[in-house]
Amino acid sequence: MKLYDYELSGNCYKIRLFCALLGLDIQRLPVNFYPGKEHKSEKFLAEINPMGQLPVIDDDGFILRDAQAILVYLAERYDRTGVWWPSSPEARGLIQTWLSFSDDLTRTASAARLHDALGYTEIDVHAARKGAHKLLRYLDDHLAVRHFNGSPWLHGGSPSIADIACFPYVALAPEGGISLDEYPDIRQWIWDVRSLPRFVGMGGIMAIDIGQDN
Amino acid sequence: MTFKCTDAFTMNSWLTIGPVSRVSSASKSAPYRTTLLEANIAAWREADGQVTAEADGASALVESHYGYLWVCPSGRPARPIFDFPEYAEAGRRIVDCDGIGVAVSHPRMIENFLDMGHFPYVHAHYLGTIPNTEVVPYEVKHDEVADELWADDCKFYQPKTSNSATQGLQVEYKYRVMQSASAMLYKTAFTRPDLMDAIGLFVQPHSEEHITAYCLLAYIDDTSSINDLLSFQHTIFGQDKPILENQIPRRMPLYPGAEIPTRCDAMSTAYRRWLLDKDVTYGTVRSAEAA
Ligand SMILES: N[C@@H](CCC(=O)N[C@@H](CS)C(=O)NCC(=O)O)C(=O)O
Ligand SMILES: [Fe+2]
Repeated sequence: MKLYDYELSGNCYKIRLFCALLGLDIQRLPVNFYPGKEHKSEKFLAEINPMGQLPVIDDDGFILRDAQAILVYLAERYDRTGVWWPSSPEARGLIQTWLSFSDDLTRTASAARLHDALGYTEIDVHAARKGAHKLLRYLDDHLAVRHFNGSPWLHGGSPSIADIACFPYVALAPEGGISLDEYPDIRQWIWDVRSLPRFVGMGGIMAIDIGQDN
Repeated sequence: MTFKCTDAFTMNSWLTIGPVSRVSSASKSAPYRTTLLEANIAAWREADGQVTAEADGASALVESHYGYLWVCPSGRPARPIFDFPEYAEAGRRIVDCDGIGVAVSHPRMIENFLDMGHFPYVHAHYLGTIPNTEVVPYEVKHDEVADELWADDCKFYQPKTSNSATQGLQVEYKYRVMQSASAMLYKTAFTRPDLMDAIGLFVQPHSEEHITAYCLLAYIDDTSSINDLLSFQHTIFGQDKPILENQIPRRMPLYPGAEIPTRCDAMSTAYRRWLLDKDVTYGTVRSAEAA
């Protein structure tokens, strides 16, 4: 499976992280997202994603865009445990709310980071940060209840694609000038995600165990 | 005074305002806009090809070198722009990685670039690996003519030194500080171990605590694609960014008894001393009370 990828994209990282957790091999195809804007090139729009966005996968000729759609596809196709995308109608409905929520994080927390780090000066960074704080407040309250009830995860007793979809732009929020100081339950959850077996980091999110090379 | 900077050394140096490509479609009515030392910069290309820059509406001295635009805030440069002969050397690939914004002062950014001690921790599995954490002592020299700092004989074991690396390598490094906000490093080219790749780090201080750090590669590597080289460079930079942004204070403490660089590195120490000698205050904290 190929991933049209950019290292510093949190949406691409969702896919790299989920594949690592599932033990799936992916071939990363680095796209010149920055500074080249290759995802807006005619060739990319015509052949890979007419929306001009990353990530996109190519699984043996099956091309799929949108990080959340890809998480659903990968879980359905490759997760034999069934825990990442449980099949009950209630679980699917509730997890889907978090998949949508993660796109709101892209529109706010990620936008603030693009402004601060990658020179997207046209973004209204104050509005983006304000929007992100509203989402983070909601997420922190939700996690406080989950923690009180004994689960570290957004839904159910195990991590699901809900956690994977929301994790990157929450963890990267400080790079957009969005402090996580007021969100203790979010910080605990970030720690728990980073502690998952086979966790991989990205530029900006370190694995807890950096390990040794052989 | 448009620039919010009082130290003469910074004012009389050449500071980048970004790649020359920023002005390729800019005009006087729709200029490239950015900030430098808290002044609003507007820059554009005139019909005759010359670049014009203004700082808060006043004319500013600007030059183009090595694919980048350079402004001398005082208009009285202490010296010409530094030499970068590898930029024009036949057989080298020039790859502009452009800039990434970081919430830190420019001295902290340059010092991080000069510090090999952080490789195994921050760039684990790329530029270093535990337990090979030792920085072998090396000499720092001051080139009095060009007023540059050089460290010539640095070495570090790296599991993946560059995109083209297929195995670990004992890598030789040379570090060079040309100005308080510009530095370069040279490191063994994996595909041609007899030669060295060159990386320039040009820092644009927007304010004392916010910068854009630009990376320019002059590489020997002829096997990697541009996308691979960019991806590698942005990966490494992305790893440094949160470390830089978590430093407290964001400005560099420069006074007797101030923090000693943790994994004390000769080049970092020489750079701090050099800033003190030049009376650089911008981006620094100069007394314990101010810290
Ligand atoms: N809903 C999409 C959003 C993807 C997205 O915003 N990707 C960013 C990179 S992280 C992108 O390609 N942005 C370019 C653009 O939106 O123009 C997803 O989750 O995949
Ligand atoms: Fe680094």
